[in-house]
Amino acid sequence: MTDRTPTERADVCVVGAGPAGALAAHRLAGEGYDVVVLEAGERFAFEDRERRMERAIRPGHGPLSVWEMGGPRDAYTSAGQRFYPLNRTRVKGVGGTTLHWQGMVMRLHESDFESWPIEYADLRPYYAEAESALGVAGADDNPYAPPREEPFPMPGFEPSYSDSLFAEACERLGVTMHSVPNARNSEGYDDRSACVGYGTCQPVCPSGAKYSADHHVAKAESEGARIVDRAPVQRLDHDEAGERVTAAVYATPDGRTHRQEAREFVLAAGGVETPRLLLLSESERYPDGLANSSGAVGRYFMEHLFAGAGGTLDRETRQNHVGFMTSECHQFYEDPTRGTEGTAGGIPAWSGDDGEPTPDSVKLEFLNYAGPSPVEMALSGEEWGDDLLKTLRKGYGNSIAMGGLAGQRPRKENRIELDPSTTDDHGNPVPEVHWRVDARTKASLRRANEIQRAVLDELGVDVAWTVGPEETGPAYHHMGTTRMGTDPDESVVNPRLRTHDLRNLSVASSSVFVTSGAMNPTLTIAALALKAADHVDERL
Amino acid sequence: MELSRRDALAALAASGAAVGAGAVLGTDADLVEPPRAGGRDREDETDSLTDERLATLLAVAEVVYPAEVSGVEGFVRTYALGRTADRPEYREGMADALATLDEYARTWHDADYRDLAPETRESVLDQMTVDSADPDPAGSDPERVRYYAVNELLFALYSSPTGGELVGIENPQGHPGGTASYRRGPDGEGGSGE
Repeated sequence: MTDRTPTERADVCVVGAGPAGALAAHRLAGEGYDVVVLEAGERFAFEDRERRMERAIRPGHGPLSVWEMGGPRDAYTSAGQRFYPLNRTRVKGVGGTTLHWQGMVMRLHESDFESWPIEYADLRPYYAEAESALGVAGADDNPYAPPREEPFPMPGFEPSYSDSLFAEACERLGVTMHSVPNARNSEGYDDRSACVGYGTCQPVCPSGAKYSADHHVAKAESEGARIVDRAPVQRLDHDEAGERVTAAVYATPDGRTHRQEAREFVLAAGGVETPRLLLLSESERYPDGLANSSGAVGRYFMEHLFAGAGGTLDRETRQNHVGFMTSECHQFYEDPTRGTEGTAGGIPAWSGDDGEPTPDSVKLEFLNYAGPSPVEMALSGEEWGDDLLKTLRKGYGNSIAMGGLAGQRPRKENRIELDPSTTDDHGNPVPEVHWRVDARTKASLRRANEIQRAVLDELGVDVAWTVGPEETGPAYHHMGTTRMGTDPDESVVNPRLRTHDLRNLSVASSSVFVTSGAMNPTLTIAALALKAADHVDERL
Repeated sequence: MELSRRDALAALAASGAAVGAGAVLGTDADLVEPPRAGGRDREDETDSLTDERLATLLAVAEVVYPAEVSGVEGFVRTYALGRTADRPEYREGMADALATLDEYARTWHDADYRDLAPETRESVLDQMTVDSADPDPAGSDPERVRYYAVNELLFALYSSPTGGELVGIENPQGHPGGTASYRRGPDGEGGSGE
């Protein structure tokens, strides 16, 4: 029977076994500390991944079933202006949300750090370490990327056939395409195979070629760390003075509750459960929740929003062979309002109306999986035999699309609170998400659509759909809810990722982001986790 | 287009069947050692997926697979047996769904599904509303038949290289066909080197 009792004399207790917790635990265990990781979800067997893939492809299984999400443990309330599908956005388990992520790993740009208390230069060495840890396949062909000193650990994936179609139109418009850094093996790396092209990256990579944090959990264990799964932390206790966390109180499947004591605590439970745990840890000393003297815990919740457009072309586009992207455009990241000039025309400058906010950064993507995949069409159709084949041939082959991300500025009213009227399987109030999409974000999405539409028109695409300000949805990136800062009245953690209020409590998560940028956040999460671990090491 | 042993193997591998190729496929023309339980009924605890039930599954395949594929029998037997070899609950679910289909066929046409004429087989699926049923392994009769018979077969076919090629994609979703094909154009140019 699995031993889920506390570790005696632990140096470090990490809450959460996703990428931040796994990397921090690995680094600290490697330094010789006794590390215990408490993970709410289970440890999934690698051998089951093909079957999880089948669940993802075949109708008859809800999307949450792929990684066993959505039970009473995961209850939540969406109370904002816009519904937030929280459980679609996360995985609880050893490996965390990297089990279902897309695996795109860009560094934030230098400009993204303008209102952060650290600079790109501070994070730069950690970015390099994070790229090495995750195993990033990339190429040095992006003129808009921030400076880097080392090549990527693996060669980038070559552009797709559909990228070559886009390239002609983009050249005519003066739009620059470049490669995508992928946390996905383009060759064998770190005892994981090269990508074999299952085409189901999101939500499951059966081969393990896409990085998932269970690999660093295993590495941490080999360095002596202990992982306790199915051990959701209920609250953190502190000492009388309110200066130090003394224990993480966690539940186990046998109905018992345990106290894990440690010298240092690292919260790595993502941008929703991290603030929730702090709020659940209210005490007489801290009636508004732990580490919350600023009132910022749970506040400034940010997401990235999707913008896209697509349709069909009069040529074959060869989609859905792989489940990842090979080309992007960061040309409109620093100045989304700019126009371009190419060999035959260009992208017009921003068309904003009076009173419309100026757009923020947008990141543009060229999809390799536009339109339905034949197998998914076959399984959800109402025909079979020759009729079905005819429909599949008609439906597959000519789809093409672009995507993109826009960020949100931090707004206090976008927040994670506790909902006392609804409780989880341990009687704790569930997270309540208050979220809306503001006018500036809508302007950014509209700008992304303008550029996408211009490229698709130039290519001759019969545009069939557009996802813009009205249809947009979240990209499943939770940021900002325990923001970093130098002022304890305005922020939750300091630039060393330690909470202002408690001397031995750190946060390793996108929850410390001050702004969202418009880049996928996980590489920055990984870099910050390594930085947080170094600071824990300094204190121990 | 011929469904090959490679297709069955590929479909099995992609579905996570824990049986090795040798265990299921043997080494020669006789691809599969069928269950030796001819005549046993589905209550038999040792093997519910009898020859008769497999014949019913094959009869469904003849309806739901396009006419231009051949080699269906070997493909389906290999796939169905390999896939369920270490999944007794799944095997039971499949056998139950096929038994249900036979019961409907007997009720309406006095014969098991596998013994019906091809056009009658198609009409039974229509009458059962399997075509519009939402696949559900724990659902109603048509929903289970859709899940365990129709979609089982369609998943096997259209996630295999041969099934994919029928539609124009040699590396369909669910098949680990490598990272060369996404770079190839429709005429086969590009994407070499792997």
